[in-house]
Amino acid sequence: MSPVSGSGANPLRDPADRRLPRIAGPSGLVIFGVTGDLSRKKLMPAVYDLANRGLLPPGFSLVGFARRDWEHEDFAEVVHDAVKEHSRTPFREEVWQQLIQGMRFVQGTFDDDEAFERLRATIEELDKAQGTGGNFAFYLSVPPRSFPVVIQQLKKHGLADQSGGSWRRAVIEKPFGHDLASAEELNKVVHEVFEPDQVFRIDHYLGKETVQNILALRFANTMFEPIWNRSFVDHVQITMAEDIGIGGRAGYYDGIGAARDVIQNHLLQLMALTAMEEPASFDADALAAEKEKVLGAVRLPKDLGANTVRGQYAAGWQGGQKVIGYLEEDGIDPKSKTDTYAAVKLEVDNRRWAGVPFYLRTGKRLGRRVTEIAVVFQRAPHSPFDHTATEELGQNAIVIRVQPDEGITVRFGSKVPGTSMEIRDVSMDFAYGESFTESSPEAYERLILDVLLGDANLFPRTEEVELSWKILDPIEEHWDKHGRPAQYKSGTWGPVEADEMLARDGRSWRRP
Amino acid sequence: MKIDLTDTTAGEINKALVRGRRAIGTPAVGMVLTLVIVTDEENAYDSLKAANDASREHPSRTLVVIKRVSRSPRDRTSSRLDAEVRVGAEAGTGETVVLRLYGEAADHADSVVLPLLLPDAPVVVWWPVNAPLDPAKDPLGALAQRRVTDTYAAEEPVRELTARASAYTPGDTDLSWTRITPWRSMLAAALDQVTCEVKAVEVEGEEFNPSCELLAMWLADRLDVPVRRSLSSGPGLTAVRMDTSQGPIVLDRADGSLATLSIEGQPARAVALKRRDTAELIAEELRRLDPDDTYASALRYGVERLHTVPEQPAEASAEPVAEPEPVEEAAKAPAKKAAAKTAKKAPARKATAK
Repeated sequence: MSPVSGSGANPLRDPADRRLPRIAGPSGLVIFGVTGDLSRKKLMPAVYDLANRGLLPPGFSLVGFARRDWEHEDFAEVVHDAVKEHSRTPFREEVWQQLIQGMRFVQGTFDDDEAFERLRATIEELDKAQGTGGNFAFYLSVPPRSFPVVIQQLKKHGLADQSGGSWRRAVIEKPFGHDLASAEELNKVVHEVFEPDQVFRIDHYLGKETVQNILALRFANTMFEPIWNRSFVDHVQITMAEDIGIGGRAGYYDGIGAARDVIQNHLLQLMALTAMEEPASFDADALAAEKEKVLGAVRLPKDLGANTVRGQYAAGWQGGQKVIGYLEEDGIDPKSKTDTYAAVKLEVDNRRWAGVPFYLRTGKRLGRRVTEIAVVFQRAPHSPFDHTATEELGQNAIVIRVQPDEGITVRFGSKVPGTSMEIRDVSMDFAYGESFTESSPEAYERLILDVLLGDANLFPRTEEVELSWKILDPIEEHWDKHGRPAQYKSGTWGPVEADEMLARDGRSWRRP
Repeated sequence: MKIDLTDTTAGEINKALVRGRRAIGTPAVGMVLTLVIVTDEENAYDSLKAANDASREHPSRTLVVIKRVSRSPRDRTSSRLDAEVRVGAEAGTGETVVLRLYGEAADHADSVVLPLLLPDAPVVVWWPVNAPLDPAKDPLGALAQRRVTDTYAAEEPVRELTARASAYTPGDTDLSWTRITPWRSMLAAALDQVTCEVKAVEVEGEEFNPSCELLAMWLADRLDVPVRRSLSSGPGLTAVRMDTSQGPIVLDRADGSLATLSIEGQPARAVALKRRDTAELIAEELRRLDPDDTYASALRYGVERLHTVPEQPAEASAEPVAEPEPVEEAAKAPAKKAAAKTAKKAPARKATAK
């Protein structure tokens, strides 16, 4: 972990004193697009929850920037409502009193020079009134097309300048482009203004406890790592399923699709954490180095047609409700070729994983909402039991459940009680007791705190983003040129083609 | 579900636990520790409630050991163990066994507790009241990696701190120490904001609140400067004033919830410093089970080396090294110590320079 911010010589800080939490140094957060859903449902509650847990510095300031014609008080009111409705921890008046002192609102559009001047004045005023020390993070919760404008405005008005030991950081959300070329373009725009170590790309999956626990599970224990390789692992399945459709996001979603929206960032990050070698240490550089190595070693199958599948949800019943198909959604071109389901087979060309396929799939309107990583092991090379005794025995598996119901499941065979020898699969479950408590942070809480602390462990870097596009681009190109997405009934686990894809390898998808 | 067992044994209780688990259909146990609460009937309910709340974060088997008072010689000769086994929704996220020991059995609680500990998992013993003077030597304390006492609940808290210091064994900890974590972290954050040298400190809080002494000793130990302990009417800790080379830094909490942090040359800021309930304290306590060295060195600094002054705003600001306190007086008679100002013996004082 990186050192605590502030002066290194603080006599009250002692590494042995592990009760003291990591508190961010004097700082503030500026949110662009503060009226959006993400801001209301995730960011504002996360800021409150951090304050409630005593992890924000005294004088922490929150600045909203949006087009609405609001006064500071109106903004505070909106934050208040958002916090009351969505925060994880109970509402406490004294915490609110602490936060409200540093709340400001700046009204304006992204191309409005005056508004950015007002923003700068607000920041200067906060430095005086709240002691934020010039340390500000800019959270760009804005559509991708507005990125360049906002970033240029920050530069133009000197808001990105770090002077006298203070810091400025930019936080950006996915999508990080829609292919390699656009990602490089975006990175160019961002890095023209901010140095690489000033940029934090949020992939909220990486803020989840279970995802961080992958590293603990693999590298803090001895019993998993020896079998975590091609000698024992048969294949790996990484699934992210949603039960909802595209909702009101037609404008964003059409033309992007499931693979770009989910596989490129979340699933490839999960795959990197599952497949990477042990990092030399748990710091940002060492982690990034290993993740880049493994992403660089990913190979696409030769026959993309046979080893990738895309689909679109058709009308059907999802969890007891009648739902319409993707092509019938409002604002979607009935001839759209956008994928709402994508499954790909990838291989990792290194000594550990040669010949072990990684199956990645994601989709909307699937059976239920679940994200998991299943490491499926080979069958025992020899069984002393009769064929009939082990007929119902499947393959051993370790399943890391990312959401909901965070935890780990281990599946293995066990004798069925009785006089005959019959062996059947059983699951052993480890659930995070932590997930109900104040101290188990929501992903955004953890990530916002890390931004303020300058701890870049859990943020993908430029190189990782570009490597991911290198993996996905050929698939998207292939899809562009060949065929159409297969239709699957809403509420099922995807198109038949996906089942056939695994059946050809003699495998089948887990039902998560 | 709840199973009542009268005149029973640890073996019967173990069977009841398995039966209970089977009955509610969750045969796998994901519990991370055994928490043993040693208490009397009066405090059992509140302690167990706090432990159950904390078990949401730390799924645990909670054993409540209640030693029943025997009021007649006949009672004392007959010994008996009653148990109440709770699993499922009534027991937080773990299992709870309430053990009531009568007569001689009360002196051999460890023989009941030992067979009921979770295999391999760490053991924490918590005495909400009446903690033994040497927790590590106590038969129940000896079973545990971590022994949690609460000097706040003691008759003479400050004197008890001295006793805790002399009996300290790695793994001991005290809820009075846990209570001040938010203060400590806010003070550390304050010193993150200014580069300065602290010259003297004053800790102000209500009398008979050992948290004030612990905070003062921690500051004295870490900063190596004289620390003055002054009294106020509370609630709890009310202020910490640090006199630094960059001017005063004051963390002031008059109402027990919202504090003000003022640093010379910077605007005063409101910070939430709520007094936490027992469940939160226990949850924090269970988060780490290794010895707390910081607590040990703060505790060992010694209450007698603090300068205790009476309740009045006297020379409140920047000149804390006033009349020192008599050494033993402070420890023995907290009520009187405020008045006592006659000491000749100066406390051992370390050099101010860093």
